Amino acid sequence: MSATLQRPSARATGSAAPPPLEARGLVKRFGSLLAVDHADFELRPGVHALLGENGAGKSTLVKILYGYQPADEGQILLDGQPVEIRSPADARAHGIGLVFQQSTLIPALTVTENIALFLPDLPPLLRHREIEAKIEDFGRRYGLVVSPDRRAGTLSLPEQQRVQILRVLLAGARILIFDEPTSTLPAQEIDALFDVFRRLRDDGYPIVLITHRLAEVFALADTVTVMRRGSVVATVETADVDEERLVELMFGAAPAVARTGGRETDARRDGGVLELQAVNSAGQGRPLFGLDLALAPGEIAGVAGVAGNGQRELADTVVGLARIKSGRRLLDGRDASKWSVRRIREAGVGFVPESALGQELIWNMSLRENVALGSARRFSRFGGLSVDWPAVQREWDERIGKLGLDLPDPSNPSGTLSGGNAQRLALARELARDLRVLVTLYPTHGLDVKTTAAVQELLLRARDGGCAVLLISQDLNELKALSDRLLVMREGRIVAEVDPQTDVYELGRLMTGGELG
Amino acid sequence: MSTIAATLRSNPLHDWLDDHPRAATAGRWLSWAAVGVLAYSVLILIYGKSPLHAFQEIWANTLTTSYGLQDVLVRMTPLLFCAMAVAIPARIGQVNVGGEGQVYAGGLLASGMAITFTSWPAWLLLPAMALAGIAGGGAWAGLAGWMKARGWLSEVFSTVLMTYIAILAVSALVYGPWRDPTSSNYPQTPQFVPAARLPHVGSTRIDVTIFIAFGAVFAFDWFLRRTRYGLEIRAIGGNPFAAQTNGVPVSRYIVLAMAAGGGLAGLAGMAQASALQLHLNTGLSPGFGYLGFLISWLAGHNPRLIVPMTFLLAVLASSGDILQITQGLPSAIVNVLSAILMMIVLLGRMQRKAA
Amino acid sequence: MSATTIASIAAITLALMPSILYATFGEIVGQRAGVVNLGIEGVMLIGAACGFAAAVVTGNSYLGLLAGAGAGVAFNMVMAAMVISRHTNQLASGFAIYFLGGGVSMLIGAQYIGSDVNGLGQFSLPGFSWLPSPWGEVFQQDLLVWLMIPVAIGIWWLLFRTRWGLRLRSVGEDKDFSYAAGLHTARIQYQALAIAGALYGLAGADLTLSYTKTWQDGLTAGRGFIAIAIVIFALWSPLRAIAGALLFSLAVAVGLQLQAQGSPISPFLLDMLPYVVTIAVVLLWGRPKAFASPAGLREVFSGTSK
Repeated sequence: MSATLQRPSARATGSAAPPPLEARGLVKRFGSLLAVDHADFELRPGVHALLGENGAGKSTLVKILYGYQPADEGQILLDGQPVEIRSPADARAHGIGLVFQQSTLIPALTVTENIALFLPDLPPLLRHREIEAKIEDFGRRYGLVVSPDRRAGTLSLPEQQRVQILRVLLAGARILIFDEPTSTLPAQEIDALFDVFRRLRDDGYPIVLITHRLAEVFALADTVTVMRRGSVVATVETADVDEERLVELMFGAAPAVARTGGRETDARRDGGVLELQAVNSAGQGRPLFGLDLALAPGEIAGVAGVAGNGQRELADTVVGLARIKSGRRLLDGRDASKWSVRRIREAGVGFVPESALGQELIWNMSLRENVALGSARRFSRFGGLSVDWPAVQREWDERIGKLGLDLPDPSNPSGTLSGGNAQRLALARELARDLRVLVTLYPTHGLDVKTTAAVQELLLRARDGGCAVLLISQDLNELKALSDRLLVMREGRIVAEVDPQTDVYELGRLMTGGELG
Repeated sequence: MSTIAATLRSNPLHDWLDDHPRAATAGRWLSWAAVGVLAYSVLILIYGKSPLHAFQEIWANTLTTSYGLQDVLVRMTPLLFCAMAVAIPARIGQVNVGGEGQVYAGGLLASGMAITFTSWPAWLLLPAMALAGIAGGGAWAGLAGWMKARGWLSEVFSTVLMTYIAILAVSALVYGPWRDPTSSNYPQTPQFVPAARLPHVGSTRIDVTIFIAFGAVFAFDWFLRRTRYGLEIRAIGGNPFAAQTNGVPVSRYIVLAMAAGGGLAGLAGMAQASALQLHLNTGLSPGFGYLGFLISWLAGHNPRLIVPMTFLLAVLASSGDILQITQGLPSAIVNVLSAILMMIVLLGRMQRKAA
Repeated sequence: MSATTIASIAAITLALMPSILYATFGEIVGQRAGVVNLGIEGVMLIGAACGFAAAVVTGNSYLGLLAGAGAGVAFNMVMAAMVISRHTNQLASGFAIYFLGGGVSMLIGAQYIGSDVNGLGQFSLPGFSWLPSPWGEVFQQDLLVWLMIPVAIGIWWLLFRTRWGLRLRSVGEDKDFSYAAGLHTARIQYQALAIAGALYGLAGADLTLSYTKTWQDGLTAGRGFIAIAIVIFALWSPLRAIAGALLFSLAVAVGLQLQAQGSPISPFLLDMLPYVVTIAVVLLWGRPKAFASPAGLREVFSGTSK
């Protein structure tokens, strides 16, 4: 192993040296979607923020730079020389290091082992002491302290992030890219992370910081590149702009609100159709911790939060997929804490999960069969020995078909549906069931504009029909447009209930738990 | 095998096959059969015998004589049960490798009834034995299913280990408290009283459970396609998480499916003891459970294919015995061929998925 | 119980261990690389038959050991080709290997039924030879017994102290991630299965060249499947596997001893003990330990991989 790792020397600003990383005219299409539209990007020294809202193309651009996707057109240059980056290994060989939003560590391996896997000149016989010494050395230097012999799966999220940063540093990266690094961090950890960035910058590492948060840009970045709808809109020094200008660049005009959804409701808290009281749950991921929730008929309750704070578990707990360890689940005042999924469904609770195709529909069964499955007992005859298919077809014709969705023939296997159609079918199927409560988890995620509008319209209609809708979403615009009241979720509990008209920055503060920077 | 797929990939033929999926399936089956026949011939050649002669013998003795066909049907009965023992749990994603043990467990309970209630009339004793056989095998497999449903232990391990426990239990009883004092050198139970012997079909060696076996296959097929429970089973098989989301009680089905499969295997055990061997001894099953696993995999766990696959393997097994007698070929060839067939099918399925 | 009896049990226990322990080692390596092999039994039988045949033909049991190991490697490569290159279902492929190995070994072994070999020479290590009788005889064992602990340490060291082992474990934990990180996952898995094959072959050869010194169809009697259970019991660690194999062999040895003494306890009940204990231990210990089982195996067992 080399005695010292090469660190990039600090560059004087405004020097004539070519930028360490440059992209010219990058284009990337996914079918008819133009994700990256002739983007030019020139990495300036210091911290360079890449700013844009969800779907602006920042992640795709970076994936191209890191070799995960090939660009359809365009060039990448390193130190002025054009290079081919065909895989992440290529990118790493060229000194580009990327720290993802989610943890990409192997949980069962220790910190040392996870880092060792990426060391470029790892000897056949592992020298744990040497690697640990390097880890401690870099850790002290940049404020990334972590115990090398702990298994990665036992580390907290901030600790895992530190290991990922150490990993790219020790792998010899000269250029560091961070993809939304603060999205899962609580407030005090964000400060610590910013300190790390400053130390890295002072040591000469050019840093690309992908974010959609303005406060971060002003706290850290020397330069900011704004992307919107796949194009690079502007690249400016942060000292030369203010918030309003950046918002203008990010959104063009003020973002149009899809439709007005908020209205007066006479929701009585104690007459709630569904309640969760101080619920601790044990499910697939982040457990719920003392969560309280009450839904009244005829309202849309939106739930906002950073992904990974228990949204999936909340949905699972309401519909019965996650076990309640303590606390109660009440349906119409009755204690439903121990009910099976089927019983909860038959009591009028519907669920449209994140990806209907993978999580709710059975791919090798026809659409009709999937409809029957959703209410199997209702359609069964002779004690389950046969299924009343004519009744299923009637449900299809009269209720599902009338919802104004564009659905294919019910004999097709559901595996042939597109993601958008599957989402629509799942929603239609649930809505045809006379629901009291509808739980939706990221319902319009990844859908095109037309389908999104159709789905949102259905949610509103359900609400108008007296259904209580729990809308868990990452899209703040959607939440603000549709919700009658807005709840904020963090670390497994509901931490706030606010007016849907609350501004985005205040919501962001509540979602991440503190002042930024 | 891959060369066949590779030539099939040359365009005009491939396009035609895409348009005629039935012909493609038939073609695939024929190519598998061809490779199977080839493999068998090669094995026979290795032993210095003539494949043609061997196939002639099979045709003459197994497929065209009444005795030969009887032999095939006799072998088919336990194999159908054991194949279903694998197929039913397989439809919900469970791997029941312990069919052999379930046969022994069922045989054990049924034989226990046979040698205890020797004064009962046949119309009482035989159904009781049948129920005991089903209960024995069903409980044995159901236990493994329950441990799996609780998330404690994969049924792959538990069923394998429990197989050995069941076989040893039979040994312990047959060498010990159930041992027939009059049969000195071979440990086995006393011979079953006439009331405990399953009747046969006419004057053949085939016992009446063959009707139950065929019935079970067709019933399962109908069950899967027509009933609400079949819908839910197919849902679990397609996507267990989605099925759970739809309210299907997956854990309950796991236990029930394993128990149903094990029950059928247990019935096979009862039939072996009661119809053919008339005693319980350590040789209750010469590997029916494992062969059942093979058959079910060859059939893709599809009840409609299980009957032809069982027929094929029964013919193979029968032919193995015949060729051993007439040509001096070792019977182990049949095991080898069965394994090769399974590998061909496994590989063939992957090619289809990749294409 | 007299000292002679205890010594006799101890000696038999030690002699029984290699055939199950080496198989367990092999499966640990394979499973840590993400491959489950239900057909260990088949590979062991091939190793046993080929090893025996080579020993009869050459007259040298050590050459027989080498042949057994080599045959094990070759046969396990069939499994490897199916599941690694052709992505067939691991459980079904393993079963096919079990059948194939059973059948082929019967064909190979048929010509040698009734032959016998001199077997592996027994010797004692310095330090054990001064033990008084009957204890001295306990430590008169053959090469495979003496190598058990060194091999265990060797495999542990290979898995946890070398770059190759780290990469292997990475593949077993998360094959997709490892591939994206630039590892040659297929090559690593092939190498793992080659080592496993050699160990299975040795385990099988131990039965024909040391324990029984004859050939018998199916003489492995389920050891291949028990090895899989011991892997779980050992929480995928070669050092803990020694305890599991010890337990199993001890139960068999005690059973044999009781039978020899004409004890009324059915030897079959004692034979059940290892299986029952294995299930019990796995139920009690196998679950709670997080990170013990390679994460890549989860999809193989849940039936969702294929």
